[in-house]
Amino acid sequence: MSDPAVSTIPPGDLPIPSDQPAVEVDQLNFFYGDFQALKDISLSVEPRRITALIGPSGCGKSTLLRSLNRMNDLIPGVRVEGTVKVLGSDIYAPEADLVALRTKVGMVFQRPNPFPLSVYENVAFAARVHKTARGAAMDELVERCLASVFLWDDLKRNLRKSALDLSLEQQQRLCIARLLAVVPDLLLMDEPCSTLDPAATQGLEDLMGELAKQYTIVIVTHNMQQAARVSQDCGFMLLGELVEFDKTENIFENPQDPRTDDYIRGRYG
Amino acid sequence: MTSVTKQKIAFTILGGITVLVALPVLLIVGVIVKHGLGAISWEFLSTAPSDGMREGGIFPAIVGTCCLVVTAVVVAVPLGVFAAIFLNEYAGDNWLTRLVRLAIINLAGVPSVVYGLFGLGLFVVVLKFGASILAGGLTLALMNLPVIVTASKEALDAVPQTFREVSLSLGVSKWKTIRHLVLPNAIPGILTGIILEVSRAAGETAPILFTAAAFYLPGLPQSIFSQVMALPSHLYAISTQVPNISLETRYGTALVLLALVFIVNSFAIFLRARLRAKRRW
Repeated sequence: MSDPAVSTIPPGDLPIPSDQPAVEVDQLNFFYGDFQALKDISLSVEPRRITALIGPSGCGKSTLLRSLNRMNDLIPGVRVEGTVKVLGSDIYAPEADLVALRTKVGMVFQRPNPFPLSVYENVAFAARVHKTARGAAMDELVERCLASVFLWDDLKRNLRKSALDLSLEQQQRLCIARLLAVVPDLLLMDEPCSTLDPAATQGLEDLMGELAKQYTIVIVTHNMQQAARVSQDCGFMLLGELVEFDKTENIFENPQDPRTDDYIRGRYG
Repeated sequence: MTSVTKQKIAFTILGGITVLVALPVLLIVGVIVKHGLGAISWEFLSTAPSDGMREGGIFPAIVGTCCLVVTAVVVAVPLGVFAAIFLNEYAGDNWLTRLVRLAIINLAGVPSVVYGLFGLGLFVVVLKFGASILAGGLTLALMNLPVIVTASKEALDAVPQTFREVSLSLGVSKWKTIRHLVLPNAIPGILTGIILEVSRAAGETAPILFTAAAFYLPGLPQSIFSQVMALPSHLYAISTQVPNISLETRYGTALVLLALVFIVNSFAIFLRARLRAKRRW
């Protein structure tokens, strides 16, 4: 799928050099109170590729994803050891700016969660709050973002319609458009297709492929086939450990760890 | 007895009790309208009382009540809403917030006459506002605060947590998330609390009796330091202290008070319905 609209999206103001990893996690330990959810995780995410994290429920893959934009901070009693560098800066440093981090690192959630506003206002939300665009510039921003998720043609006549009246797939695409309006570099997706039917899932996977030309994507999925289809790099997690991290084809065709082999053969999970 | 019969009996009893609950309201409104409607005229609504309250109208009392309610709302709503924002969005669960919550619950249970005495002591005597719109309005505001805080807090709490998460994940700061997303979605619920309190502020006699209300004033208030007549205290005065006053005048005054509260409530309910229709989740 190719659409000229996609190439009109400017990447973030600090494009990642191709030779530098977008994310570097070094010996990350993560605790919810006394429970250790992540054990000594180290990995690096290459820019403009799709990196998938797979593993059975409760293995810590969502926790790892949410530690990349510090959304875990909202939960009381969490503790982090080790370093996470996003686009070269240490996001757990005391002087780290959370607002700046989150404009660079966007997140797509499991359930589509548009605000109870119109389609237009959903996409415009962050720009309105930050007063970065108005009038014609705002119209242009909304059009550009909706076009990049292939919603513009369907919705250009219904921009005032409530976002809650859209189909689930359209809602999830709208949530991605809302995110692109912030001009992030890195997109985190937490099981973005788990509430969608197979056709909608395929549509969203195609969209991820398109977005990966401009953005770095990290996706958590419980669906191994999805990871095999969309990702170039893949990590398998089990009980808070990153068991194996490699090129996706290596993980699926020639896993080095017997636990990875068992999982992708469906012996558990 | 078959279960169908039992069902019918239960239904009849429950239905009857429900009607019984509604009955006093209908009776009160019915009696007031029946006796009071005859007194209502343009003159009654637009002139001051004369002949020792027996003739003329209740205009100064209507104006006075409006002044008191507006003062109370202007003071209590921002304080209450900001306190609710702090309690719901910022303060965690610690001894301080538990203490504040406990204080609010207790404050809501304090009899209104106690607020009146407190207002007399603090605003009228110590702060030297005298018996005035300011003193009465502040007293009413204090009385209204617990309900406004509680209703606002519940309204904020009802806004889904995911909205906050999404907004924060878009790089919007906490305060801007509250200001642009949480608060707009909580407005209908907050309005409910305010509606309840406007009616209560308009109707309460005890808190204004010592802090604002005058027995008789021919003119209108000049500033927030003026003493005023107010509908509930005027009704109390003409019902207990003025002999040979017509039944119609008394019920007419009560009817105007009821109508005023009804108008304010209807407006706010209308506003809330419109806001709710626009925002839903």
